Amino acid sequence: MLSKVAERVYWTARYIERVENTARLLGVYANLLLDLPKGVNLGWSNLVELNSAQHLFDERYKNRDERNVVKFILGDTKNPSSVVSSLFMLRENVRTTRDVVPAEAWELINELSLFVSDNLQQAVNRGQRHDFLKGLIKGCQQLNGLLYGTMNHDAAWDFLRLGRNLERADMTTRILDAGAATIMQTQGDEVAINTWQIIWGNVLRSVGADQSYRRTLRSAVRGSDVARYLLEDKDFPRTIAHCLIASADSAAKLPRSEPVSDCLNALLSRGFDGVDYQNLGAPFRDYLNNLQLELAAVHSAIANNWFNQ
Amino acid sequence: MTINWKEYAPTHFYDELISTPGNARQSARRLVAYLRSLRDEEVEQRRRAAEATVKEMGVTFTVYTEEGNIDRAWPFDIIPRTIAKKQWDKTAEGLKQRLQALNLFIQDLYHEQKIVQDGVLPRYILEQSKNFRPECVGISPRYGVWANICGTDLVRDKDGEFYVLEDNLRVPSGVAYMLENRAITKRVLPDLFEQAHIAPIDDYPARLFDMLVSLSPRDIEQPVVVVLTPGIFNSAYFEHAFLAQQMGAELVEGSDLVVQSDECVYMKTVAGLQRVDVIYRRIDDLFLDPEAFTPDSVLGVPGLMRAWRKGNVAMANAPGAGVADDKVVYAFVPAIIKYYLDQDPIVPNVETFLCINEKERDYVLANLDKLVVKPANESGGYGMLVGPHSTKKERLEFAELIKANPRNYIAQPTLALSTAPTLVGNNSLEPRHLDLRPFVLQGASTYVTTGGLTRVAMRKGSLVVNSSQGGGSKDTWVVDTEAK
Repeated sequence: MLSKVAERVYWTARYIERVENTARLLGVYANLLLDLPKGVNLGWSNLVELNSAQHLFDERYKNRDERNVVKFILGDTKNPSSVVSSLFMLRENVRTTRDVVPAEAWELINELSLFVSDNLQQAVNRGQRHDFLKGLIKGCQQLNGLLYGTMNHDAAWDFLRLGRNLERADMTTRILDAGAATIMQTQGDEVAINTWQIIWGNVLRSVGADQSYRRTLRSAVRGSDVARYLLEDKDFPRTIAHCLIASADSAAKLPRSEPVSDCLNALLSRGFDGVDYQNLGAPFRDYLNNLQLELAAVHSAIANNWFNQ
Repeated sequence: MTINWKEYAPTHFYDELISTPGNARQSARRLVAYLRSLRDEEVEQRRRAAEATVKEMGVTFTVYTEEGNIDRAWPFDIIPRTIAKKQWDKTAEGLKQRLQALNLFIQDLYHEQKIVQDGVLPRYILEQSKNFRPECVGISPRYGVWANICGTDLVRDKDGEFYVLEDNLRVPSGVAYMLENRAITKRVLPDLFEQAHIAPIDDYPARLFDMLVSLSPRDIEQPVVVVLTPGIFNSAYFEHAFLAQQMGAELVEGSDLVVQSDECVYMKTVAGLQRVDVIYRRIDDLFLDPEAFTPDSVLGVPGLMRAWRKGNVAMANAPGAGVADDKVVYAFVPAIIKYYLDQDPIVPNVETFLCINEKERDYVLANLDKLVVKPANESGGYGMLVGPHSTKKERLEFAELIKANPRNYIAQPTLALSTAPTLVGNNSLEPRHLDLRPFVLQGASTYVTTGGLTRVAMRKGSLVVNSSQGGGSKDTWVVDTEAK
């Protein structure tokens, strides 16, 4: 398969994930704010920091209030990781790889883009936001379902899988980090300490892992367990361990894969030894930050090896 | 449909569906009866469904404007245009005859030039041709065929006969829209396909692929076929991607290909370089290879012409094929058919005046208000003068252009282009002018699409059907009126 096509397919998968994850996160975060007691002041700022977009945001808006943050995350074309920007890139990538992805993928993308442009206004409005986000998530799942059901498991498939798993892993580190940051913000506050369980519960929910966590651990939601689960569990499809194993598996099936496989295997064999699950403060956030850099290095290895010739 | 069919006036033009007020042509009888049975709300609902389908299917074309490139939804009219199978079959024979003759002509021009020596084609035409490529002299593409894919523009005059208006032998586009028009119509008017005997059209991509494979220089089981596109900003990118997908070929840009020291063409894949056998190129000659033609072109592949001349890669259409796609050469096509095939043309030309000939030029200059004047080497309807619709100032300007460069201009009578009922405004039907572009393939054998792409001038009275200038399109049905 063409290098350029491989690159676009890889990004197609990343953007599908990005759109879906952003929609999930926004929905869960709005719910979390409703659940917190009156005294706890979290605000919408966390969602901007999560994407490391503080600078860009402050250039464009005065207040980090709900309306602005939601607009920034969903509909702002100047924000490269907003839903509309990701969808635009997604559509361009599918448009330029129509020869390798199933024909219906192109139609689904168009439907989803039309849905978003027709309904974006709804989402700013709290009452209708839920339906909008649901439609968005559904569109992404439909697309993934189509690819699962009809796409050849050839090289294009493995690039798709690589993109999907790296993006998921990256998002999971960010969501964990947001959880840890929120906890740190509320430390020392008597009322807030009681809300930690709610926060970690929402961390699980933002990656859709609340149900499987309970079934696997059969215990209450505790920060240390949630962190360990989202890093180390091999079965849930959005944990770091699962995403890395799946990436390594796909990389190994591709031609001339040694440099990428080496990079992934090194990351896997290091395991999660250094993580202190009892203390999810600053060192844990440093660890996650470092993990994000390592995931970026995997991406560079992939790009150097297969895309840039 | 509460349209008053008696009111629908085909006027003095030939109408594709209606013969005399209130009466449908035989090929359109079932269609018209069906349309009559629809209520206004139903028509509106189908029209909306078609509009939504176009958007969902992402059928677009790109328009270049000063503000940048805009992707527009394909303008589509839901009322199909019908042609009787019997008439179509004869026309298809004529198109095959024409392309075969044109290919013999091109092959001759790049070899002995017998047609010039025998005085059938004046030498000046060759000497001044913008599309004759000295780089191609002496080359023989597979089967001696240069133009493998041809889009022939047909029009129907008031006598109801088809005439050839233009042979597009360079990089003709539109076939994807022909296929998509049918797909849309099947979705919005499915009931009709059960009743009428409408010939299917969807084998085109398979025929195209077989033809391309037959050009492969290597005798191997699965030659590598690619579609070479200038990229996403090209107005026909949609079609390039569509055809690559339908054929299962790779869609490549110039930067994906490289010519190695063995003078073979390779594409850059994730597994390394892979040899390419056949290139369906959708890039104009002059941008194919910066080494051979335009040095600053970034669209092409350096060394591509060397590889092609060596016979290490096939290109369709072959570079240089455009020498026969010239409005001056066009005037000689009947003579070309006679010369090479010793046959009379089955589908006639439109009467054409060559401005280089003094007598004809004088006639043209004296009758600018009645004629259509075209530059010899423009496409897309640019640079034309439509006499009856022109201003005095425009005619004066054109007279100067013609006198300054007579070789570059031809003129034709303003045709009474046929019309067909088209949905306008508040869902009423009005006649709009249209043409037809069938596609002809020639490799080991020759093939013609069933019908073709019907383009409609959506503005009342307009004769310009190009999508870049406000044209739309319709599905085209070849209907077997004799089938039971």
